[in-house]
Amino acid sequence: MDAFLIQTLNGIVNGMILALVASGLTLIFGIMDVVNFAHGELFMLGAYAGVLALAVTGNFWISLVAAAIMIAVLGGALQVVTLRPLLGRDPLYTILGTFGISLVLQNYALWQFGPVPRKLTEPLTGHFRFFYLEYPYYRIVMALLSATIIGALWAFLKYGKYGIWIRATTQDRVMAAAMGIPVPIVHTVVFGIGAAMAAASGVLFAPLVGVTHAMGADWVLKAFVVVVVGGMGNLAGSILASIFISLLEAYASLIVSPSQAVIVAFIALIVTLLVRPTGLFVPTPK
Amino acid sequence: MPAPRANNRGYWIGFAVVLALLFVAPLVLPEFWRRFTTEILIWGLLAMSSDILIGYTGMVSFGHSAFFGLGMYGAAAALLTMRPPNLWLAMVYGLVAAAVVAAFVAYFSTRLRDIYFAITTLVFSQIFYVIIFTWTEVTGGENGLTFRQPALGVPGLFAIPFTPVSLHWFVLAIVTISYLLLRRITQSPFGMVLQSIRENEPRTRAIGYAVERYKIVAVMLSGLFAGLAGVLYAIQNKFAAPDFVFFLISGEVVIFNVLGGMGTLVGPLAGAAFFLLLREAFSRFFTEYYLIPVGIIFMLMVIFMPQGLLGLWRRQLNR
Amino acid sequence: MLALHDVHTYYGKSHVLHGVSIEVGPGEVVGLLGRNGVGKSTTLKTIMGIVRPAQGRVVFEDHDVGGMPPYRMARIGIGYVPEDRRIFRLLTVLENLRTGLDRQGLTDARREALLEKIYLNFPVLRDRRHQAGGTLSGGEQQMLAIARAMMLEPKVILLDEPTEGLMPRMVGQIHEIIRVLHGEGVAILLVEQNVPLTLEVSNRVYIMEKGVVRHHAPAAELRADHAVIHQYLGI
Repeated sequence: MDAFLIQTLNGIVNGMILALVASGLTLIFGIMDVVNFAHGELFMLGAYAGVLALAVTGNFWISLVAAAIMIAVLGGALQVVTLRPLLGRDPLYTILGTFGISLVLQNYALWQFGPVPRKLTEPLTGHFRFFYLEYPYYRIVMALLSATIIGALWAFLKYGKYGIWIRATTQDRVMAAAMGIPVPIVHTVVFGIGAAMAAASGVLFAPLVGVTHAMGADWVLKAFVVVVVGGMGNLAGSILASIFISLLEAYASLIVSPSQAVIVAFIALIVTLLVRPTGLFVPTPK
Repeated sequence: MPAPRANNRGYWIGFAVVLALLFVAPLVLPEFWRRFTTEILIWGLLAMSSDILIGYTGMVSFGHSAFFGLGMYGAAAALLTMRPPNLWLAMVYGLVAAAVVAAFVAYFSTRLRDIYFAITTLVFSQIFYVIIFTWTEVTGGENGLTFRQPALGVPGLFAIPFTPVSLHWFVLAIVTISYLLLRRITQSPFGMVLQSIRENEPRTRAIGYAVERYKIVAVMLSGLFAGLAGVLYAIQNKFAAPDFVFFLISGEVVIFNVLGGMGTLVGPLAGAAFFLLLREAFSRFFTEYYLIPVGIIFMLMVIFMPQGLLGLWRRQLNR
Repeated sequence: MLALHDVHTYYGKSHVLHGVSIEVGPGEVVGLLGRNGVGKSTTLKTIMGIVRPAQGRVVFEDHDVGGMPPYRMARIGIGYVPEDRRIFRLLTVLENLRTGLDRQGLTDARREALLEKIYLNFPVLRDRRHQAGGTLSGGEQQMLAIARAMMLEPKVILLDEPTEGLMPRMVGQIHEIIRVLHGEGVAILLVEQNVPLTLEVSNRVYIMEKGVVRHHAPAAELRADHAVIHQYLGI
């Protein structure tokens, strides 16, 4: 029973981090139909940026913000240089473009930082005690912070002039342009926001594992699964799907080894595609 | 515009020249480059199989590492369980294993389009990767399987062990026959329908073709030849490892297709050669980080030269 | 003020506009008639920058604007109301209007005033201002599409078949809106299938056929002489 509860909490915590990664991915896909293969690398570079920033500032929270900003700028620059020229071509080319970026970034990290994992110390130690259950404070903070960031994104999109611009561009980029909205700039900014979210997830998650150049690969696959299961471009759906899949995986790892538990996510994807391809958590289209 | 017959002659001359060069290669090249050339042929075959889907039918697949890997492990199974190791049995096992996976993927191909299909194939590769990686008792897990190389021959009649040179010729023969077969298929009415699906699927369906059936056959074909490449790799290298099932391999295959020119069959082979040569060249200078410059070159080609190295000759190569 | 000189436009390999020349003076209402598929919508899209002209010039207020992206065209004073309206279905009516209202260079007071004026002209939009655009009826969506373009305070509005799919009594409302716009000095380039309406509201009319302008006359002339209309439009 204990194990079950702990795994439920783990599932929710991991689910929130996954949700943060997936929302960036789904935002990018929704607005410019780009499947960002490099998202995992942005996650990974965010973690490395966090390590560097922590060494300089000594403060985890400042490092989190600094890392997010750095990677947002990197993301925006990458989009302008490599993805803008590909806009309007066959979608295959944007997939290839982001795949190429991911190759270069991953190996760049290996080159710059070496194969030895770096440590990002968690800002809070100690456990939260609830009856006889102990659960690390930091993990709870992780989940809450992820939820807050996603909430902030949602509020930004719903209210405010730029939120309207982004939503309009997502729905109809030609008419958005015809209304004077600078669509190419909006695309770049949104890519930057998505990158920042991936980076933030990387920094938040880093204290739990070592920071290595390959840490993003797992996450990007799971994020793809989430985006499909949750409904492409559907923010609320991806959040629900993230938690759902992470819970499944957490429970599965009670029975099989964690590296095998990941198959659960893949099976969820296949079932979704067979049964309800628009997304499990999407209301039936009328 | 030159008459088709003249073009054809030019093509066959080119073909003969390349074939002759590849035949002579192992006799004149040092050991390392001999193996290298053989490997180019094997990866080229894999890339060709992928071209059937990407270049001719317009279906992007990241699942070829699964077909390749299962061909490899299927062959491994045959070579480990039968004494003496039998070449033909290895091929059969490998092809059957690849065919089973291809059947799965084929089923999904009819129900999913574009990006969903691509992601599903990627996920499939990963499922197989995880199974192979963790089922250590059967697959050797992380360490893979090693086995002896089979001899060329007919059981009971004769058996000639392979030398690196004769192995190269064997691989060359298989790859050449595969290429000619695939070429025949893509130029047949069947192949024309595939290309029509690539150009405009709804219209092809409206004309009356059972698009689903064509897609299923395309996936099976693609999977079988990819599996064949896996078998050849197992035979050449005498080991099977989960790394080859990891989705990055599928990504590299797609890179070969794009670099070389999709829809030309021989383009992807050139793309494989180009990539492997670049990798070899760069790893002299950059050791393990060769993927950085190679990745950058790939990106530049995607942006500025999307038709690939041989893409300009696509029409001529398909005559 | 707005002119096309010998413009050729392609969709892929398809040569749609074969040298179109059109002029719209300040405050004029200019009609563009023709059968389906002759290139009327393409002409508007070329002006707006949604498709690039392969040849020829698009000139606005003495500046060469051919090939400029649509968001620049909107900012220099051209409003676009497309076929099918294309309002932002998931945004509320007010948010739809804000896509044009929230631009730079307006004080809050100006924005308020502009919004009020639109609500005065289109009271139904005020009532529905917090409703999602997709829940509006066809006629209401058309109102919204036009109101949205008016938020840009453009010098010329490109109207693509505003009466298409609308009930006959709504045509009168469109007529009224065009009259109001004209009264404010906004020039209009009106593409329409509805010939009587076009002849009533326009100063001049162009008739297109197969990607070129075949006939050009003051509306009064065409009102009097139906032979030309019959010749090109078969009505």
